[in-house]
Amino acid sequence: MAELDLKDIIAEENVVYKKTKVLTDKPMHYCPGCGHSTLHRIIAEVIEEMGIQEKTIGIAPVGCAVFMYDYIDVDSQEAAHGRAPALATAIKRLLPDRYVFTYQGDGDLAAIGTAETIHACNRGENITMFFVNNGIYGMTGGQMAPTTLEGMRTSTTPYGRDYHLMGHPIKMTDLVAQLPGTYYVTRQAVHTPNYVRKTKKAVRKAFEYQALGKGVSFVEVVSNCNSGWKMPPVQAVKWLDENMLPYYPLGDIKVPQD
Amino acid sequence: MDEEYVLMKGNEALAEAAIRAGVDGYFGYPITPQSEVMEYLTAAKPWERTGMVVFQAESEVAAINMLYGGAGAGKKVMTSSSSPGISLMQEGLSYIAGAELPVVVVNVVRGGPGLGTIQPSQSDYFQATKGGGHGDYHLLVLAPSSVQEMADFIEDAFELAFKYRNPVMILSDGAIGQMMEKVKFKPQKTRRSDDELPGWATTGKTPDRERNIITSLDLDPYRQERFNIHLQEKYRKMEAEEVRYETFRTEDAEYLLVAYGTSSRICQKSVQLAREEGIKVGLLRPITLYPFPKEPVAQLATQVKGMLSVEMSAGQMVEDVRLAANGRIPVEHFGRMGGVIPAPEEIVEALKQKIIGG
Repeated sequence: MAELDLKDIIAEENVVYKKTKVLTDKPMHYCPGCGHSTLHRIIAEVIEEMGIQEKTIGIAPVGCAVFMYDYIDVDSQEAAHGRAPALATAIKRLLPDRYVFTYQGDGDLAAIGTAETIHACNRGENITMFFVNNGIYGMTGGQMAPTTLEGMRTSTTPYGRDYHLMGHPIKMTDLVAQLPGTYYVTRQAVHTPNYVRKTKKAVRKAFEYQALGKGVSFVEVVSNCNSGWKMPPVQAVKWLDENMLPYYPLGDIKVPQD
Repeated sequence: MDEEYVLMKGNEALAEAAIRAGVDGYFGYPITPQSEVMEYLTAAKPWERTGMVVFQAESEVAAINMLYGGAGAGKKVMTSSSSPGISLMQEGLSYIAGAELPVVVVNVVRGGPGLGTIQPSQSDYFQATKGGGHGDYHLLVLAPSSVQEMADFIEDAFELAFKYRNPVMILSDGAIGQMMEKVKFKPQKTRRSDDELPGWATTGKTPDRERNIITSLDLDPYRQERFNIHLQEKYRKMEAEEVRYETFRTEDAEYLLVAYGTSSRICQKSVQLAREEGIKVGLLRPITLYPFPKEPVAQLATQVKGMLSVEMSAGQMVEDVRLAANGRIPVEHFGRMGGVIPAPEEIVEALKQKIIGG
């Protein structure tokens, strides 16, 4: 059997997968199995495939994705906690031919930034909003988020979230779908290959719709936080399927009517 | 309106001057006593005249973060508010200072603390000049004392903001915002095109350059310290090059009033009244509150027998006057609070009691 050397292996005809050039070479800091890295890659791939790198401006949140700009090779701004939609509003209105996207977690988008989220969606800003929902504050060490499931243990609900004390987990995506300013609203996941493929289609649509100027495209990605949930990756994925998805069911919530 | 003087409110003059200065975007939230700024802008429809964006945000918190985004895209963006609204903007201003973004923020000050009053005050001096939000930073602060200066300082503020990549505050008050005076405007400037935006702005990464990143985050303590040293060097440069002030009858003065904005106008009358009684008083009016005119105050401290800092507050700028005088002469404060404007006679009386008789 002829031996393959490295050159043969990386020859064009043998390549089955390659990293998009819109992702930088910097190793990601995310925990093994975290959904952020997958979603970053999907967004970068779509930007490359649509050929819009030169026209795209990304807004990073406060949270685990605060260093998004280290990985996705587009002009980027890092927002104060919860304020990404305010930044995006101004950028898009001042540079209307650019593609502007925000990337936020559940604490950022659904707690401290609720007002900015609701009003950007209600005004129908022509932006794309990505919302990673893992039901916990990851970067600060696993505290309760507005999306934390009832009974779920976190470092600030050590006996489980009690809705009598802390209210119910908020379904932000269903909420923004009610607003006339949203054009496309969907909930996806990235913890299986099938879901990754579906999410990529949703991300592509969410960018394509921006060019139509018809309002917000809003993509929630239900994700796992293995470190915050204190589970090994395989168990976290199983827990996500069994607990998160029944409360946050996947699929399109609002699709363009015309 | 190009060549003529017109009679206008301070807030309206500021708004018209913003259109003429070629500002790209105004993002605001209504609050008394400065709501005329956005009302004037929305009525004037500058989007038809120059393409300027005028936007009513959902809160002051959103408005200041819109400035972050817009300035990060290289655009000339501004907001205006009054004291409680400016307090809400402090987090955003800290991020803007940390990300080195050029923005202009107008504070038409009203009395506090809390909801306070809608009457004019100068009780936001500390907040404006000493940072205001978290971290080691300064705004560059201009203090207008007339409707004409409300108009003129807009263009100056943007020049300074872009020169230093630093937020600039125009610290006005409810009296200057609300009163009407004659004002003459500069001709309309053309807004910058998208091709003329600064090279550091996030306008879309072209193949000839690395991506631009606007952030205030750096977790490495040594790099963060180097960045802070860079900020401090910038402030030292402002202190060396940007100090502005005016003096009034200081040549033969034996006593000095120090006052800015509305107070400085009243103090001019107090100087006249005191001189009619044979007391040789002069006035120093800081125009930049940060950088504070330390040198001229220090110089006058070798000439006069005492200084009175006159402010519509419990005494804030007096601390900077004392630092500049450095113990050479007595420095005291006189002021009214809560929206009360002092009368010229009160100031002369305070000078006699606190400085001359003391």
